Amino acid sequence: MTDIATDPASTPPQSTSRSLFQLAAIRFRRNKAAMGGCVMLVLIALFSYLGPLFVPHSYDQVFSSYVTVAPSLEPRPDEASLEGAMQGVATRARVNLDAFEVTGQIFSATISAEDPIDPRTTRYFDRANEFDDTKVVATEKDGRVLKVEGNVSREYFLFGTDPNGRDLLARVMLGGQISIAVGVLASLVSLGIGVLYGATAGYLGGRVDNVMMRFVEILYSLPFVFLVVVLVVFFGRSFILIFLVIGAVEWLDMARIVRGQTLALKRREFVGAAQALGLSDWQIIRRHIIPNTIGPVIVFVTVVVPKVILLESFLSFLGLGVQAPLTSWGALISEGANNIQSAPWLLIFPSIFFVATLFSLNFIGDGLRDALDPKDR
Amino acid sequence: MLSFILRRLASAVPTLFIVVTISFFLMRFAPGGPFNLERPLPPATMENIMRTYQLDQPLWRQYLTYIGNAVQGDFGPSYIYKDNTVAELIGKGLPYSIELGFYALLLALIGGVTLGTIAALRQNSVLDFSIMTLATMGTTIPNFVVGPVLTLIFAILLALLPAGGWGDGSFSFLLLPMIALALPQLAVFARLTRGSMIEALHADHIRTARAYGLPARIVVITHAMRGAMLPVVSYLAPCAAALMTGSAVVETIFTIPGVGRYFVLGALNRDYTLVMGTVVLIAIFVIVFNLLVDLLYGLLDPRVRHD
Amino acid sequence: MSSRLMRAAAVALLGSTLLAGAPAFAETVLHRGNSGEPQTLDQAQTSINIEAFILKDLYEGLTIYDAAGKIVPGAAESWKVSEDGLTYTFKLRENAKWSDGSPVTAQDFEFSFKRVEDPKTAAKYANILYPIKNAEMVNTGKADPKELGIKSVDDKTFEITLERPTPFFLELLAHQTALPVSKASLEKNGADFVKPGTMVSNGAFQLVSHVPNDSLVVQKNPNFWDAANVKLDKVIFYPIDDQAASVRRFEAKEMDLVYNFSADQIERLRSAYKDQVHVSPTLATYYYVFDGREAPFNDVRVRQALSMAVDRDFLAKKIYSGSQLPAYSLVPPGMANYGEPAKADFAELSQLDREDKAIELMKEAGYGEGGKPLNIEVRYNTNPNHERVATAVADMWKNTFGAKVTMSNLDVSSHYAYLQEGGKFNVARAGWVADYADPENFLALNLSTNKTFNYGHYESKEFDDLMKKSYAETDPAARSKIMHEAETILMRDQPIAPFLTQADLWLVSDHIKGWQDNAANEHLSRFLSVSE
Repeated sequence: MTDIATDPASTPPQSTSRSLFQLAAIRFRRNKAAMGGCVMLVLIALFSYLGPLFVPHSYDQVFSSYVTVAPSLEPRPDEASLEGAMQGVATRARVNLDAFEVTGQIFSATISAEDPIDPRTTRYFDRANEFDDTKVVATEKDGRVLKVEGNVSREYFLFGTDPNGRDLLARVMLGGQISIAVGVLASLVSLGIGVLYGATAGYLGGRVDNVMMRFVEILYSLPFVFLVVVLVVFFGRSFILIFLVIGAVEWLDMARIVRGQTLALKRREFVGAAQALGLSDWQIIRRHIIPNTIGPVIVFVTVVVPKVILLESFLSFLGLGVQAPLTSWGALISEGANNIQSAPWLLIFPSIFFVATLFSLNFIGDGLRDALDPKDR
Repeated sequence: MLSFILRRLASAVPTLFIVVTISFFLMRFAPGGPFNLERPLPPATMENIMRTYQLDQPLWRQYLTYIGNAVQGDFGPSYIYKDNTVAELIGKGLPYSIELGFYALLLALIGGVTLGTIAALRQNSVLDFSIMTLATMGTTIPNFVVGPVLTLIFAILLALLPAGGWGDGSFSFLLLPMIALALPQLAVFARLTRGSMIEALHADHIRTARAYGLPARIVVITHAMRGAMLPVVSYLAPCAAALMTGSAVVETIFTIPGVGRYFVLGALNRDYTLVMGTVVLIAIFVIVFNLLVDLLYGLLDPRVRHD
Repeated sequence: MSSRLMRAAAVALLGSTLLAGAPAFAETVLHRGNSGEPQTLDQAQTSINIEAFILKDLYEGLTIYDAAGKIVPGAAESWKVSEDGLTYTFKLRENAKWSDGSPVTAQDFEFSFKRVEDPKTAAKYANILYPIKNAEMVNTGKADPKELGIKSVDDKTFEITLERPTPFFLELLAHQTALPVSKASLEKNGADFVKPGTMVSNGAFQLVSHVPNDSLVVQKNPNFWDAANVKLDKVIFYPIDDQAASVRRFEAKEMDLVYNFSADQIERLRSAYKDQVHVSPTLATYYYVFDGREAPFNDVRVRQALSMAVDRDFLAKKIYSGSQLPAYSLVPPGMANYGEPAKADFAELSQLDREDKAIELMKEAGYGEGGKPLNIEVRYNTNPNHERVATAVADMWKNTFGAKVTMSNLDVSSHYAYLQEGGKFNVARAGWVADYADPENFLALNLSTNKTFNYGHYESKEFDDLMKKSYAETDPAARSKIMHEAETILMRDQPIAPFLTQADLWLVSDHIKGWQDNAANEHLSRFLSVSE
């Protein structure tokens, strides 16, 4: 009996919602900008998550010979700097450099000193990032003069290196992995809480709204830095905590906006009609209120994503967030901002990826809005 | 209406009380105190200081003392900036923050709504695309990048504007920080306006009015704008509160003597009383602006009632 | 509301001095960048060099540092020290006056010093004057301020009796805590004596205005005894805590002096501003502490090995762009009464030999490749430079020992609170800047009785005994020798691994004359002048 009574009532909305969804999907796929955004986003994700497999350098590998070198398509070291590098090695090894020559991948050098030279000196050559596999090929004057040979080891730094001598390309990839994850997950947390909270407060109104909105005001005012520091003390540094903390502060604006929309929506005819049909409050919020707030919500999500990605770097400042030597786009950009004049590539490369990601998300957001807008079918 | 305002103002008292209470204990749970510095103090000195500031008392007694004083408007001395009381520090810095924040808000609101409206009217045109590109850049590029870049160009390379400071408060000093402060918010307003304007322009009654041949501009202003302003107004409250209480980043980059820096610096220095001052300050701004916005809702859309 | 008023006030105060190149004003102004907002202008409360730069322009102590960083007579024109080194008799200048025209008297100094030691004042640097007889007793409430070993013999004669001979006492007197306050002003104005319009000072300048986080303006004090030789009419201090922002304001020619900027800017600034970039080594050491309470760091071989494996040249030259010097001793070089500090024995080896020895030591201790796994967590306070050092050190330990090194940063308060409250750790960053030019200031950090400062809980009876002996020794040469022995033990045991001797970085505009780099980092504005 109950089965029969509920079935006809619950089936139609399900079938319409499925077809609505399909309709939206079709419209979304027709939107060129949105599809372009999707492709771009997939490319950036592939770059970040799979890219490290194709880069020979790890994100935390220090190249002490290549601290803050500019990006270049040519391998390092270039011919001009080899001689200088060799001179540096000789100075460190406390020997004189008499001759130095490079043919192809092989270098040969003659070194001399007052006293016989320890053959282990070759380690000084291998120690420099520029040289590799150094061997003594001839010993003269009782070991006071050595002829050594070895390989010149060449490295590519397409994005240059950071002030610690790490490959920026590998770091931008790593930063992408973390920032994309944080951006997507934390925005979803804030989206979920904000929309539900705002719609509920706005729809129920009255005393409930009043209390719920006062709660939002309290959260706005709490000292954020202390909140983070205390959480770190109690829970330590954890990745999940990032989402909780960011989610906890970033849903507030969303809730205010959704509530504002809801206040107007609930006086509209179709809500009255739904109430007359005997739908529960929750059903009305879910089927009629929330879908109609989609426009401003999507716009606001595209604002929240960059905010949370940048907020993450402030969290790492306080000891939450990702721990060095791990990094994120936010951290890379703020580090780059400090070096605008001396090493602009530190700012430019992570920014390009960050901005490209956000543009893609905006196109996708606009496409979703157009596709899902219930007023626009 | 009046009773609504009065009720809301009355509810501000418990809100403030809860904020102060939570903040007070939250701060004390954080490790370190105002006198844990890189250079540790000798134990005897530390004892003298703790006694002077009554930090050696049990926490509940400190709390009661604080509440007792705060009710009388005494927010205590700053633990870090010892020559000043919290009220003096905030009182000196706030006018700068409000002035700068107010101009930034005006720029963001007027600029954002105008650009958003233009984009909506010329939907999918080159103009629309350019405006939205600018808006996306505005929300994406953080002001700790925009600020230094602006200074490099206008203060150092072209030497047209000062690189920082409040100076005599003239327009040339305010221009760059104002832009850095306003840009992200301008972008948000533009995007919100464009989205809801497009929706509003598609609504049946607007289509009808347009079909009757009324000049499009009047239709836009009288009908569409009103409904479309709702999300903009919703965002106005938190945005205005944030801009007028200053931004730590912009104030630091442009060396502006506002109160924004105290939110971060105070917390990092564990300057409990100063942080509490900023907490109360932001709470008041948020409460007042939320109230104003709730009143604005009623003006924009008669369907929104305050019950 | 009052913003218009404030603007008018700002205009009146700053005038067009901010706009560079306004020749209408004949007065010479020094635009002096300061690396942050002073927390106080009260000599009893001050604790940081930001305040010292301002206070020493406003007030003059018994002794001062001249432009070269040497101790010379200040408010006292001369002094006599008794045979036993215990009594100092200062003769104040007859023409020394406060900015209100009243004479500077011995009573003012007596009042000021008692105020600093009074426990009710809760002075942060009360320990600077602890060498004075009974000072520590007074400060800890065990004796009445009246019993402090100071006496005004007459208006212009001030006598100080010490607890024990203190060879660096004249330097302590040049510290900002030892600056005088006007007894009359403080008794009249109470805590407000630090405010513009109220402050009475005896230095080359007097306070005109102070807008927190914006500017602090001082102007020439016409009552200063040497006013004839003060070439500046006005000094404006700009409190800027953002190093990048202060460099930009220097580049925009809004400031003549900038103190402290990020080391990674050095090369660019050098190429653009040549010798306007000043790097001067200072009495400060950057080091890592090992937690000696737990394995493996309680093993001296592990500590030595880890310390040896750190390539300090790389840190100094690459991470700090040559703005710091490699350090192998806790006490920095450049202390006149100490000479060359006692370095760790591996300082003489080349880096490769150090690494060989380090691997050997680590193997002996049973850790690293083939032994027990070596897991190290490096703790540091959040700061780009500290992060870069930690990254480089982690890489060195990883490459040398195959250790697993993780990093962990906290904000500065949390970091030091954790260490000072005895929290357990593996390796932690710390640093020390000399309060006064004496090795004791550094070595005492590692006394086993020093509960707050000795983060690693290093305990060595040998070291403690030597330090005890040094306190009793009155002969400077013998004392220095004992302290060298103590430092040798410290460097043998490596409870801390010193990495770098720090340097002060200044940008000095080339129209500033009279600037001299010095290790004391003392640069009174009265010795500077501005040329067009």
